[in-house]
Amino acid sequence: MKLLTGNELRSGAVTWWTGNGWSLHVEDAVDVGEHGEAVLHAEEGARRVNAPYIIDAVATPQGPRPAHIKDRVRALGPTVRPDLTLKPADPAAGDWII
Amino acid sequence: MYKYDHFDQSIVDARVAEFRDQVNRRIAGEITEDQFKPLRLMNGLYLQLHAYMLRVAIPYGTLDSRQMRMLAHIARKYDRDYGHFTTRQNIQYNWIKLEECADLLEELATVEMHAIQTSGNCIRNISSDQYAGAAADEVADPRPWAELLRQWSTFHPEFSYLPRKFKIAVIASPEDRAAMRLHDIGLELVRQNGELGARVFVGGGMGRTPMIAPEINPFVKADDLLSYIEACLRVYNRYGRRDNIYKARIKILVHEIGEDEYRRQVAEEFAHVKTLGIDPPLAELERISAFFAPPAFDAADVEPDRSDPDFAVWLDQNVKPHKQAGYAIVNISLKPIGGIPGDATSAQIDMMADLAEQYGFDELRVTHAQNIVLPHVAKRDLHAVWQALREADLAHANLDLISDIIACPGLDYCSLANARSIPVAQKIATRFADMDRQRDLGELKLKISGCINACGHHHAGHIGILGVDRKGVENYQLTFGGSGAEDVSIGKIIGPGFDEDGVVDAVEKATEVYKTLREGDERFIDTYRRVGLEPFKEAIYG
Repeated sequence: MKLLTGNELRSGAVTWWTGNGWSLHVEDAVDVGEHGEAVLHAEEGARRVNAPYIIDAVATPQGPRPAHIKDRVRALGPTVRPDLTLKPADPAAGDWII
Repeated sequence: MYKYDHFDQSIVDARVAEFRDQVNRRIAGEITEDQFKPLRLMNGLYLQLHAYMLRVAIPYGTLDSRQMRMLAHIARKYDRDYGHFTTRQNIQYNWIKLEECADLLEELATVEMHAIQTSGNCIRNISSDQYAGAAADEVADPRPWAELLRQWSTFHPEFSYLPRKFKIAVIASPEDRAAMRLHDIGLELVRQNGELGARVFVGGGMGRTPMIAPEINPFVKADDLLSYIEACLRVYNRYGRRDNIYKARIKILVHEIGEDEYRRQVAEEFAHVKTLGIDPPLAELERISAFFAPPAFDAADVEPDRSDPDFAVWLDQNVKPHKQAGYAIVNISLKPIGGIPGDATSAQIDMMADLAEQYGFDELRVTHAQNIVLPHVAKRDLHAVWQALREADLAHANLDLISDIIACPGLDYCSLANARSIPVAQKIATRFADMDRQRDLGELKLKISGCINACGHHHAGHIGILGVDRKGVENYQLTFGGSGAEDVSIGKIIGPGFDEDGVVDAVEKATEVYKTLREGDERFIDTYRRVGLEPFKEAIYG
């Protein structure tokens, strides 16, 4: 599957295309299939996302997981600072990253 | 400490206002990211893995308590309560919001700081010896020269769009504590028949093509130094490659045309530049130097009470001799066992500022090894300083030991990285947590980079670790034999790479080989240079 990701323009936060908007959580991301480029250009033009790009991912029961380690690290936060990730209260939240 | 004059302050204030307008235009959609990116980079603002990252310049690593407290304030107000001190003696904030960046820079400007030229193909922050003004072996204080170069290079119209970024280091001691010869230009101030001048080295650097800078001129008179450096830059600006980013650094130019030809061209250009009168008048040099006059040293020369064994170990490891009797240089390690090299919380930053104010003539330094220095502490105050540091978890007595690891942010933060650096540093430090074991190994400089750009200085590590991406999996190459000191050398890859745990095991095996083969007071690197790679390779790969 293909995901569309980028960063929020104002905050810089990592963000994922959900089909009708953007989410901080990769679990909300949808497969953009062949339409990724079109969505990318429209959303970038509307300044709803900064530096967007399309990545490969795999579907899992827990939701989409980016194929490359770099995007997996992006998806949650620094592996060395669990307290700064999107799920600081869940010690197992990053088990799938590495 | 140098203090901004009207011109310094006005150009920084003007830049903040200009950047605020640029940010507003970007958010309003009046300029695209392609147009905005070079503008934000000129102000030190990157887009990294998780957020915007701001790199704040700390000129030659020197700052006072007021500035240090501002760094803490920024960490609290604009970031997530911490900052990361870097190998260019700067500080980086990892979680900056674009919409708040101009406010941040405005606050920073109130303490004479900025983020200008911390990115882009320009002359970056001038680096220097963290012991400047305190080291017994310096022939002169390098800071006035570093400051002169800062002023000269700031917004230099001719050198704002160089073929590639440009890094300059200035030292004034035979002992190189600034990796001087691994810079685009390295200057070592020296005296010749009593006259001050500089040895000029050009074309060093790390990155994907590490090179040690050759000596281009053994003695440039102080009066000619700025003109000579201008000539060095002009030749590079004219002939440095702009068609290939990987061949654009000055080291490639010097290597390709040869140091003799580069030297000849610089001499020719220097003859012309010298007619332009850019070297500062004596009065300006004296004006700048006056800011760096020694503080009013008046403490009696008393040796501290060593009866507390932990304090004694810290004294032996982290405290260095000062040129002034009664004083010492205190190194504050930002390398707790299992911690993140170079990171400090806002509370720790504030606390170091307090110590500098109370015990250190209001001065702090950032080192290229990602530690902090209080350059002037009275020996009578060392115990009090140590106690305060211990309460703040900053009294780690591991300076220059195996756990005093330089590590780049790596794949945990950096968009260029291929592998994580920090977890490897944490595991190695934890493996060698026992202080007696570390001290038995002695000086062992271990440096980790998460990609070939070498921000973690792995080429200059006695043991270097380079993280690479092997089909989407982190892999770590080991290099041995590097040094960024006066015995400068580039490390060599020892063989196939390892996974994260494997590289920690390999490092441990290397230390065992060293312990078996060392003679006398040999350091790890001395033994490696004497016996060569084979015994280490045999132990590691079997």
